[in-house]
Amino acid sequence: MSQLTPILPKRSASPRIVLSRFNIKWPALFLLAPAIIILFAVGIYPLVFAVDVSLRQYQLTKPYLGTPYIGLQNYILVINDTLFWQSLFRTFTFFVLTVPLQVISGILIAIFLDNLNIKWLSGLLRVILVLPIAITPTVIGLVGRLLFNRDFGFINFLLSLVGIEPIPWLGEPLPAMLTIALVDIWQWTPFITLVVLSGLTLIPHDVSEAGQLDAGRGWHFFRSVQLPYLLPGLTAVLILRTADILKLFDMVFVLTRGGPGVSTELVSLYVQRIGFRVFDMGVASAQAILLLVLCIILSRAYIRFFYREIQA
Amino acid sequence: MTRLKYRYVLVLQFLFSFLIIVGFLFPIYWMLTTALKPLRDTFAIPPVLFFQPTLEHFEAIFAEGAVLRSLRNSIIVATFTTITALILGVPAAYILARFDFKGKSNLWFWIISNRFISPIVVALPFYLIARNLQILDSFIVLVLVYLTFSIPLVVWLCIDQFRAIPREVDEASHVDGANLWQTFLLVNLPLAIPGIVVSAILVFITSWNELLFALLLTRNEARTAPVEAANFMTGFGIRWGPMMATGALIALPVLIFSLIVSRNLIRGLTIGAVK
Repeated sequence: MSQLTPILPKRSASPRIVLSRFNIKWPALFLLAPAIIILFAVGIYPLVFAVDVSLRQYQLTKPYLGTPYIGLQNYILVINDTLFWQSLFRTFTFFVLTVPLQVISGILIAIFLDNLNIKWLSGLLRVILVLPIAITPTVIGLVGRLLFNRDFGFINFLLSLVGIEPIPWLGEPLPAMLTIALVDIWQWTPFITLVVLSGLTLIPHDVSEAGQLDAGRGWHFFRSVQLPYLLPGLTAVLILRTADILKLFDMVFVLTRGGPGVSTELVSLYVQRIGFRVFDMGVASAQAILLLVLCIILSRAYIRFFYREIQA
Repeated sequence: MTRLKYRYVLVLQFLFSFLIIVGFLFPIYWMLTTALKPLRDTFAIPPVLFFQPTLEHFEAIFAEGAVLRSLRNSIIVATFTTITALILGVPAAYILARFDFKGKSNLWFWIISNRFISPIVVALPFYLIARNLQILDSFIVLVLVYLTFSIPLVVWLCIDQFRAIPREVDEASHVDGANLWQTFLLVNLPLAIPGIVVSAILVFITSWNELLFALLLTRNEARTAPVEAANFMTGFGIRWGPMMATGALIALPVLIFSLIVSRNLIRGLTIGAVK
């Protein structure tokens, strides 16, 4: 990092000036370093600390045991822990329940908005779609509790209109899983819609006009003309949704606390419970480190797809 | 297209738009009305759409004070997080946008990969470290841990902003005898204000919304509003009215802010991969 050199404008008239006046390695370092140092201290140091804890016996409720190193025992425990794998599998189930539906309905809404030629209405819809994404997940969880209440919730009222008996949404395993999936679909479909919309605006006019002459307006047009422009955005969405579902905590915690039983205990809720209800920090850290490996793989994939220019 | 068919399409478009609006706004609408409904109307079947609005739930939570205190805590934490992240992140973004150096791509990788780290991975060691330093349940511990996501957010949003400023501006400034600091502070910073404002709002929203860290790292003194709201779920007899009133107080600033940055929200969420 000692070799700070300015990026030269490619067709600059006077690179000589830049080079002579930009003899400023230290000032540049001064502007850059604080962020890096702080981010290192709060972002990397704890991870190193977690690796250390994951190699120890570290039970907060049993301080008399001390915190001796026990090698890879925690990791062996985690790998043999069926509950851990079940929570990962549950997270995967949640992904399968939510993301395909989000992608399909997200694309449909985006195409509808793209074709909507009432300007004010399409503008209004685009603004409204931002709200579910931004609103506090904790609050969404609370509202979910209200809407999915068995006795007086609005969802069961709607179902009663078509003659369906009240469903104990939050009281039984499968309905509870469906509840958190539905809430997630509500919250993140707009995200996919907005990503797809921005992809649709990239299609040049002549391409879409020529495509319409060739392929009409239906499925064929979507597949052969629009879809190629949407693929980068959809790839981004897929990787980000995977990472975000691995991270997902607040909405589910407030809505179901992982229950009933452990039926909606996604992986981050499980790790949280082992760390802060069971207080076995060693095992929880080992779980967290394994989770971290997953996160890093995802971020590598994302960067490989979208930041080619910096992979020099 | 015949006139009749055109009308037919128009009606369908309005209908579908209406469905989208109702579908995505209804939960928010229901929260606001429940906050303003007398309690017996909350349990009414069929649900009542028209009722005598009351402020009793808001009065109740104001009288108890805990919610107000947690909102104040949230404002303090989110504000300090935003300011600190800007002070650290904006200059770094400028350097990353303007200079090449060895290891830059590694640094860039690392900053982006923070977007993918699950917070529970950071929360466990952070809890133990904060316990050892005896700074649990303080504003400082929350601000510190929030920097793990807010510095990257500021850096990646502001890099784009600085890249959009032509380098010729910097050259001209150097010809006039300005040094790097002056070029940054007096020339580039004013031009980058729009991007900085967007990143500030996004950092504020993210810190304001955060639950996991706040839940695990605070007890009473520094407890933030989402933790306070989640607390309504414990104990017997959920107080639906005050709970929804609290939810409304938490959500309203976010809703307003998100309207301001609505065009940039996706850019922030996808770290610039989707503009």
